[in-house]
Amino acid sequence: MEWEPKIVAFLCNWCSYAGADLAGVGRIQYPPNIRVIRIPCSGRINPLFIMSAVKNGADGVLTSG
Amino acid sequence: MLGSGIAGIQASLDLAESGYYVYLVEKQPAIGGTMPMLDKTFPTNDCSMCILSPKLVDCGRHLNIQTLTNSELVDLQGEPGNFKATINTKARFVDPDKCTGCGSCAEECPVKVDDEFNQGLGKRKAIYKLYAQAYPNAYAIDQTKCLKIKKPKACGKCLEACQAGAIDHTMQDQTIELQIGSVILVPGFEAFDAGQLSYYGYGKLPNVITSLEFERILSASGPFGGHLIRPSDHKEPQKVAWIQCVGSRNCRIEHGYCSSVCCMYAIKEAVIAKEHTPYELDTAIFFMDMRTYGKEFEKYYDRAKNEHGVRFIRSRVYEITDTFDGSGNVKIRYANEDGTISEEIFDLAVLSIGLEPPKDIVELAGKLGIELNKYNFAEPTSLTGVGTNKPGIYVAGAFSGPRDIPETVMQASAAAGDSAAMLSEARGTLVKKKEYPAERDVAGERVRTGVFICHCGINIGSVVKVPDVVEYAKTLPGVVFSDEKMYACSQDTAGQIKEAIEKYNLNRVVVASCSPRTHEPMFQETLKEAGLNANLFEMANIRDQCSWVHQSEPEKATEKAKDLVKMAVTKASLLEPLQGISLGMNHDALVIGGGVSGMNAALNLAKQGYKVSLVEKSQSLGGIANRIRYGMKGEDVPTYVAGLVAQIDANPLVNVFTGVEIAEAHGFVGNFVTKLSSGVEFQHGVTIIATGGEEYKPNEYLYGQNDKVKTLLEMEADLADGKLAKAKNIVFIQCVGSRDDERPYCSRICCTKSIKQALKIKETNPEANVFILYRDIRTYGFYEEMYTEARRKGVIFVRYAVDKKPVVEAAGDKVRVTVTDHVLGVPLIIEADAVGLAAAVVPVENNKLSQFFKVPLNQDGFFLEAHMKLRPVDFGTDGVFMCGLAHGPKNLEENVAQAKAAVARACTVLAKESIDVEGKCAMVNKKKCVGCGVCEDVCPAKAIAVDATEKVAVVNEALCKGCGACSSSCRCGALNVKGCTNEQIMAMISAL
Repeated sequence: MEWEPKIVAFLCNWCSYAGADLAGVGRIQYPPNIRVIRIPCSGRINPLFIMSAVKNGADGVLTSG
Repeated sequence: MLGSGIAGIQASLDLAESGYYVYLVEKQPAIGGTMPMLDKTFPTNDCSMCILSPKLVDCGRHLNIQTLTNSELVDLQGEPGNFKATINTKARFVDPDKCTGCGSCAEECPVKVDDEFNQGLGKRKAIYKLYAQAYPNAYAIDQTKCLKIKKPKACGKCLEACQAGAIDHTMQDQTIELQIGSVILVPGFEAFDAGQLSYYGYGKLPNVITSLEFERILSASGPFGGHLIRPSDHKEPQKVAWIQCVGSRNCRIEHGYCSSVCCMYAIKEAVIAKEHTPYELDTAIFFMDMRTYGKEFEKYYDRAKNEHGVRFIRSRVYEITDTFDGSGNVKIRYANEDGTISEEIFDLAVLSIGLEPPKDIVELAGKLGIELNKYNFAEPTSLTGVGTNKPGIYVAGAFSGPRDIPETVMQASAAAGDSAAMLSEARGTLVKKKEYPAERDVAGERVRTGVFICHCGINIGSVVKVPDVVEYAKTLPGVVFSDEKMYACSQDTAGQIKEAIEKYNLNRVVVASCSPRTHEPMFQETLKEAGLNANLFEMANIRDQCSWVHQSEPEKATEKAKDLVKMAVTKASLLEPLQGISLGMNHDALVIGGGVSGMNAALNLAKQGYKVSLVEKSQSLGGIANRIRYGMKGEDVPTYVAGLVAQIDANPLVNVFTGVEIAEAHGFVGNFVTKLSSGVEFQHGVTIIATGGEEYKPNEYLYGQNDKVKTLLEMEADLADGKLAKAKNIVFIQCVGSRDDERPYCSRICCTKSIKQALKIKETNPEANVFILYRDIRTYGFYEEMYTEARRKGVIFVRYAVDKKPVVEAAGDKVRVTVTDHVLGVPLIIEADAVGLAAAVVPVENNKLSQFFKVPLNQDGFFLEAHMKLRPVDFGTDGVFMCGLAHGPKNLEENVAQAKAAVARACTVLAKESIDVEGKCAMVNKKKCVGCGVCEDVCPAKAIAVDATEKVAVVNEALCKGCGACSSSCRCGALNVKGCTNEQIMAMISAL
């Protein structure tokens, strides 16, 4: 089986998370190996969260806001 | 509220938040107006939909705004304060309360129709949602296209597809009557039909499109997903041209006004188009005068020119024709400024179409008895900003004259302010407030989580194996109950969730369904109704971000849904009840600045019943308006100002302090304490800054050295006093101190003011020669008519280039002005009797106030609003507002409107009994905090500060927005955010 990376995404509630919703409304298809964590603002992203995601086995971390 | 574009939405929210019940009436099946169609917005390049959608949601969800879509006003009777409005609501054929917006119906519908929302560039079905993010999030049937409505036995596919049973083809139109106190007219505008001007080839040449079509092409949610292609052949254009003033500044077709927004939107479209293409896109804008007169617009224009390489071609376009080489390209033939003719070929031509009043407005205006101007716009009555000839009926937005979004928002708030002032006796009498049962104390209880997984009809269930997820949820720690629901959002499910909470003694609830952005508040309501704290709720988004986007991978989607549920359950187990905070508040207002803006603000506040302290640093009220003799429409300004002063003096609620300044100010929204330089100290709940502006004192063009050279305000006095009666040659020089390196902004009012004065001179002495030396004439909106009139009356306009400024020299008892004529290219020498310098509008010294109230200034020294587009009179700091020249250059009429807008915004605060916040705010662990102050620097809401004595950071919970920037910046780990703690996020990460 082909290797698939595991990606954790931190998305700002007001823009990127809304964008991810819109992708759904538009039925835009993308690979299912991303797990989104909704945060109140991209300013909420503590560097520790990113480190922790990597430590917990994430192959990539996306922060967007 | 007649109209639900951004104006209707803003005015509705302002009124509903100030204690009034609002009926929001919209013809379309969804609210939003034009803004959802736009891609980005100038001058910040914010995504239009992104900034609008929170307002759509607020408006849709507001307990005191009733949205009536598919509806129109058919009759209005009665008088101000007591109108009876008859509203006709057309059948929607879909029950918005049942419709979940899933879209299955539209997938099945066989009828394809041109999509008006996409300007006909795409197709929609006969059953449709106006746009993806529409409120109500519900479909509607286009009666004229539906097969079943035409023939009841035909089709019916949507009925089969709809799992929610929301569709009913037999729905009938309804007429309702409403008792209302006031009407705000905000019907917006229509785009000019470019087909009327055959020489541009629109409708004949496939690669000539309108600017609104171009917006849809650029939009990520548009017909081409934001990929810049020509709609005709889907080819990527290499060269795009914009043609300005299509349907504007055109007297032949009775459009003798400037549409005010096209210059800026064309620049924006050119800049954004360049961003969209991976290759070097050539963009050119063909224009007559570049009218970038708004706040921060001139800098945007400069950047487009100098950084983005947008070409600006000063020209008159004669025609656009086919190149006849099969490429589909178009040839633009135009006259240059010097009269020579040029041609250039482009892949795509975009017509910058102007704004028109809605076509059906004449009939509505007739019903309301509203007077329209000759173009059928409802120009506000002089110096009211929002008034009409009918008391109790107000106007705002593009229908009152072409204007952009910030001005529309400002004016909408102003209309709300005037309406509230008129109805202040009724404030709070019709608003609804929800009561909840007492909250159950869950402290010390073991976690008992209930999980509800939604099928959303087939939206989730057809991809994600919901029963598997339900079983999986049961295995998760703390979960004592798990169930599936056909529609988690339906009324009966809400009842079932409440029953489950009681039966299984749940103290945490997780719903896995759609987006928390749309549905979280609804489920939280359910918790509150069941006696649980709203913060004991968490959602997993397994539709929008799972089943919908992994339709062909059901296995993996199911795995993902399980993960999302696990993350939500893990977070839920760590959730704690949050208590909202309630702080007392003072209901008085402080207005700083006693000019026209400050006085209007104070009077409007007093009319709404609030006590006002009006502080003016000079000895008398009036501000810079004391030096203005004529308004832009010829109003008698001295009489107007005297009238305002008299009203202020007579109003017992307004306490005037003159000859004093603010010496100290402390506190925050609802709890400010201000000390004046006289030693007087008082408390207030809100602050409105209206410190005004000044006229720049030029050090160029012999000003101050030769008494024939004056500023416009000095000219105005001379003119009014008859001192210019004998002058034969009078010269006005524009942009003195504006649009230069030191002040890279346009002062907005000078072109119109100079032309006004030129016309005054011509009126008293038609023989006088009046010259206006300019860079671009910026008579936006209806002021364009004055420019036309001035040219007809023989005022001579000479354009000068910025690198070839006019030269002014003393010449005996005259002043010699030399300027290079823009058409002939030769020097023109004028022996002038008087020279009027259109000196810039400059800010007063605002640094102290900026520090006292923690509000920022922009680079030019004017106050900087919370958001350039949608919060034009607010600051990021709660409870502080601004208006007038302190915000930026604008004319008297606009200042009056802005003053009322600031009041309307302030009243959304003052109308509250107390300051209530949700409680999702930052908290400090004092033991860990070292008082370094980084949090204080990063906080955008100025809600955290290091206590001087304790040396630890202290959060002002009333101001904190819970963004968490402080927490992620804290080196000591002393800061956390309630409701979204570091531990909760870490737990979600670990759950993966």
